Amino acid sequence: MYKGGGIIVGLTVFCLVATAPFLLNIGRAAESGPTLSLDTPAIHLLSDPSCVESASYMRAEHMRLLAEWRDQAVREGRSEYVNSAGAIFALSLEESCLQCHSNRAEFCDACHNYAAVEPYCWECHDGGATGS
Amino acid sequence: MKRREFIKGGLLLGAAGLGGALSLGALRPAAALPPTGAASGARRWGLVIDLDKYNQSADREKIAALCHRRHNVPDIPDTKTEIKWIWEDDFAHSFAEMESPYLSDRIKEMRFPVLCNHCAEPACVKVCPTQATFQRPDGIVNMDYHRCIGCRFCMAGCPFGARSFNFFDPRPYIAEIDPLYPTRTGGVVEKCTFCVERLTAGLPPYCVEAAAGAIIFGDLSDPASEARRALASGFAIRRKAELGTEPSVYYLLGGGGGDA
Repeated sequence: MYKGGGIIVGLTVFCLVATAPFLLNIGRAAESGPTLSLDTPAIHLLSDPSCVESASYMRAEHMRLLAEWRDQAVREGRSEYVNSAGAIFALSLEESCLQCHSNRAEFCDACHNYAAVEPYCWECHDGGATGS
Repeated sequence: MKRREFIKGGLLLGAAGLGGALSLGALRPAAALPPTGAASGARRWGLVIDLDKYNQSADREKIAALCHRRHNVPDIPDTKTEIKWIWEDDFAHSFAEMESPYLSDRIKEMRFPVLCNHCAEPACVKVCPTQATFQRPDGIVNMDYHRCIGCRFCMAGCPFGARSFNFFDPRPYIAEIDPLYPTRTGGVVEKCTFCVERLTAGLPPYCVEAAAGAIIFGDLSDPASEARRALASGFAIRRKAELGTEPSVYYLLGGGGGDA
């Protein structure tokens, strides 16, 4: 092969570099996902610490639920949310969600950072967490 | 083309045009139907401000202070960028078109609380390109900050200067953020909402609560409402009523027991 040695070395180096992310992580535990904290005073006070819907539903669909709440609260003037089990909650980010989930960094941000998404809800709705 | 065919074609075209115009006419009434589904059943929320009571006995400073504190309205000292939901002015500035050189001292010295008039024909709603500001079935002109793109057409459209623009993040100018109400963000317009969040809970707006009887809130479409009874008790004026926006805030002179 004409200049075969150089080609083989080059190909080997290329393959090593291209597969480096996989080779370097061999044997390591798979990324386990973000750890979310439910350790807030309001949640401790609840006798039944469950969200407005099931945890799996909230994990997958909370953004859609919040968008629906937004339209119902602002444009339709509704103030109550009846969940799938028939329980009634205040249809309000401030009064329902942020009372329990007052730990933005450990709860909301933990997952959003993991998923590399930047929702801007907190520019207005932050339950008084920031401020002078 | 023969003349006969030309005339036939023209007749067909004319018939098609007439049919189109008729079908458009049939669509129009459907689009103009009044919105339904008001939670409270009220059709036209309004305020009646009893000027004598307001100027004589009300704790005037408390009214705007309570409103602004509860709604996280920032206190920005620069008048070019300040944000106001309700504030005070004198007669010449509130009712410029009624100004006269021989105004009585009593009227000259009076203070007038001014706020969004929640017009029945709101110019701000008509000019908003995103429907961020909209009229609820109960007559309240509300803002959906999520949709506001900050174009400020509504500020140009409002004849009362009732709207303020957030030129920057307002949070540093809020002394104490009320955690139960959202703040606004830079780039949106805001204004009085007649406390829609309190109305759904069956409570009156904060200004009404703080004014201790000097500001009366009620359904203007209901002749038995407190607001309508107050209007019947004296002479009431509205700001710039001649513009035809039908403001829902009335200023009552000589209402029940006043000295006017």
